[in-house]
Amino acid sequence: MLYDVIVVGGGPAGLAAALEAKKNGAESILIIERDAELGGILNQCIHNGFGLHTFKEELTGPEYADKYIKMLPGTGIEVMLNTMVLEITPDKTVWCMNKEQGYMNIAAKAIVLGMGCRERTRGAIAVPGDRPAGVFSAGAAQRYVNIEGYMVGKKVLILGSGDIGLIMARRMSLEGAEVLACVELCPYSNGLNRNIVQCLHDYNIPLYLSHTITDIKGKDRVESVTIMKVNDDTKQPIPGTEIVFDVDTVLLSVGLIPENELSRGVGLDMDPRTSGPVVYENMETSIEGIFASGNVLHVHDLVDFVSAESAKAGAAAAEYVKNGEADGTGTIAVKAGPGANAIIPQKIRPANVDKSVEIAFRPMAVTQNSVIKIMSGDKVISQFKRAHMVPAEMEKVVLAKAFFDKIENNEVTITVEA
Amino acid sequence: MTELICIVCPNGCHLNVDEENGYAVTGNKCPRGVDYGKKELTAPTRTITSTVRINGKTARRVPCKTSADFPKGKIFEVMAELDKVDAVAPIKVGDVIIENVCGLGVDIVAAKDID
Repeated sequence: MLYDVIVVGGGPAGLAAALEAKKNGAESILIIERDAELGGILNQCIHNGFGLHTFKEELTGPEYADKYIKMLPGTGIEVMLNTMVLEITPDKTVWCMNKEQGYMNIAAKAIVLGMGCRERTRGAIAVPGDRPAGVFSAGAAQRYVNIEGYMVGKKVLILGSGDIGLIMARRMSLEGAEVLACVELCPYSNGLNRNIVQCLHDYNIPLYLSHTITDIKGKDRVESVTIMKVNDDTKQPIPGTEIVFDVDTVLLSVGLIPENELSRGVGLDMDPRTSGPVVYENMETSIEGIFASGNVLHVHDLVDFVSAESAKAGAAAAEYVKNGEADGTGTIAVKAGPGANAIIPQKIRPANVDKSVEIAFRPMAVTQNSVIKIMSGDKVISQFKRAHMVPAEMEKVVLAKAFFDKIENNEVTITVEA
Repeated sequence: MTELICIVCPNGCHLNVDEENGYAVTGNKCPRGVDYGKKELTAPTRTITSTVRINGKTARRVPCKTSADFPKGKIFEVMAELDKVDAVAPIKVGDVIIENVCGLGVDIVAAKDID
């Protein structure tokens, strides 16, 4: 069987990509998911705030997933659960296995990668101290509490003020734990402002900015954690600023990393700034017919944006199946200039752009009343004012096709000026 | 004048609320910010999401939420009620698990289909 489109991953990215591929004329579509159910990480994100852009209403994670899952019946989109993809080859064969069918290979004309991301671990950030039980990544704790129904601790300290950390601070408080501190290395929070208010302030949880963990003590279980203030430039702890907390649990919310073993295996060009594949304007990677979208491409703030980006990838995969590779004449490179990081897309093929291209990036610093400029050489192609920007919130600008003829040397740079 | 961050949606607008001027709100991108700003300074409310036990085929917990916002001070009373109930499978998104919880005029509803 040769599928038109195989989608790797049945989370929000994979669901949106598969549905949009179908709408755009792909006939046979298969979603391969390693978990026992569709929905991906949304299943454990029981808090609300999802869907305001996509559905114009505020949904919990499981409800948001449910909306997409219930669009599947009648589309003919096939779903293979409990199935792990082990390898993808450049000829677009997917090697996977499950308990019933064993090891198998399935071929497709196009593939959409929607594997999502993983959490950074204690080892990845080298937190010093003993290695007792009681140190969890925030997402692992979220799964224990929300899906398995186990509390992970009674007195909790959270390292990192990303959204998952903040959400878990509230969740643990609601379930009766005492959250003594949320500790952040940066001089600003990396979570959404609304989460600082409704997850920390509402439950009187102090946020220690410019602090980090310098020691974890405990034999079998965590007994105490020492934090210290850090120098904002060097990030080195400042002697004499130690604060000791008697806690039994540490939750780490210290960043997410796109999960790209399959992408590297098949030989996609990768971008060290996003930790995901390099993509064109339609989410196509460096290998024709292989697309990537959602958190596997770059970590998003909102699932609504994952869905929108993945719809683009799904539509492009269907288009590729029908009409083949897009014309790459005069491909424009999109580069990060001062103040900007993690650009998507990194390349634009003018022939494949209808009216405009949306460019997403992360600002490098907290800024007020700044200007985002799309530059080519010394010329400003387009500029956009922003009242507030923070690295934790992705920014988007639109480059209109009408401006393409102003671009020199097939290269534009995104910069942020205060 | 009080500065607030609107929590209605992920935009997180920076609001200014003028208590001496009928709680006039500025800095909001949408009308919901006006309601939030006034309410937050007069009678703050919240919704909550949590889980309750269920006898599902594979699931032990069903995610649930309050059907509307309710006074912020009652959050832990509502949480205590959730510990007392067992939801019954199969259940569908939107099914009521507790009606009029704590007499607050809001229901606890399921947020996922569980077989």
